[in-house]
Amino acid sequence: MSKFKKKKGGESPAINTASLPDIVFMLLFFFMVATVMRDSTLLIVNKLPSADQIEKLDKKDRVMYIYAGKPSSRYVDKYGSTARIQLNDKFATVSEVGAFILAERASKRQELQNVLTTALKVDSETKMGLIQDIKQELRKVSALKINYTTRVGDYTQNIN
Amino acid sequence: MAKRAAPEVNAGSMADIAFLLLIFFLVTTTIETDSGLNRKLPPMEDQVDPPIIRQKNIFTVLVSKNDQLLVEEELADIKDLRALAVEFLDNGAGVGDEACDYCQGKRDETSSDNPHTKAIISLKSDRETSYKVYIAVQNELVAAYNELRNREFSRLNPNLGLNYVEAQKKYDDPRTSENDREELKPKLDVVKQMYPQKLSEAESSSKSS
Repeated sequence: MSKFKKKKGGESPAINTASLPDIVFMLLFFFMVATVMRDSTLLIVNKLPSADQIEKLDKKDRVMYIYAGKPSSRYVDKYGSTARIQLNDKFATVSEVGAFILAERASKRQELQNVLTTALKVDSETKMGLIQDIKQELRKVSALKINYTTRVGDYTQNIN
Repeated sequence: MAKRAAPEVNAGSMADIAFLLLIFFLVTTTIETDSGLNRKLPPMEDQVDPPIIRQKNIFTVLVSKNDQLLVEEELADIKDLRALAVEFLDNGAGVGDEACDYCQGKRDETSSDNPHTKAIISLKSDRETSYKVYIAVQNELVAAYNELRNREFSRLNPNLGLNYVEAQKKYDDPRTSENDREELKPKLDVVKQMYPQKLSEAESSSKSS
């Protein structure tokens, strides 16, 4: 009767985890590929407004970034809560924008210097006054191609 | 001597290592936004003698400091802005040299003559206007141009199966071959010429207040 020995009840077999590394590696590669390292740490709140009639920005080496918005909560004590401009890693005033653009332009390759775009990454709660000042400065150094960077979304998300 | 089999490497900790890397990348990832509304600023030099533009060819949009919208001096809702702008651009009241043969508008005498040469949208904002509303308005105005360009592009190239926005996207895509691009460029330029984006932004009202 040993042929019909009863199975040992209760114990379920261990799950085979041999393919776990493969799955994890797959995820890992996805994130490695999708990651873009930020080159400047943000000192400001930067919740971009939404728009849906957007065009893709040029290649990264043809873009100069100007950030603006209220200082983020850790810097409020030091810098107050009025909206400010951030260039590279530090706060700047409106009058420094021109010099920044010229310096950025000089650092790019010769053939790219005429096709540069200025990307304005401005927080949605900012007032237009600051942006108009920035635009005026950009006109002075004839950096005329600009891009209002936005998130993809319907415009109604902007109106409360 | 008997051949000794190489001992098998224990791969049990591989998952742990991979997890560690995965978590590192998860934390550092910021999916960067790299799209937006492209605009061109007017050059600084003052025009010696500014061209005279008739009032009926200007579509004034004003965003007040309370984020209210005034279209042609009348209070309007942002939902209607796109339709109003399309109606203005596509009006085509011009006759003779200024006739617009592709416009499908009402040809109202009190509205614009020709989108190619005459019609201009003027956008004014206050210093207190909030940026998000300004972007919403910009978005709707660009949408109006795109709507008209889509229509004309599909009409002129019915067998392409693309509209203007899709074609422009394809043109900008670096994966598109050089041949396709050369084929697309004149078609896009024709439509761009029909409805050029003439969007003037006046300097702010109430500079100091």
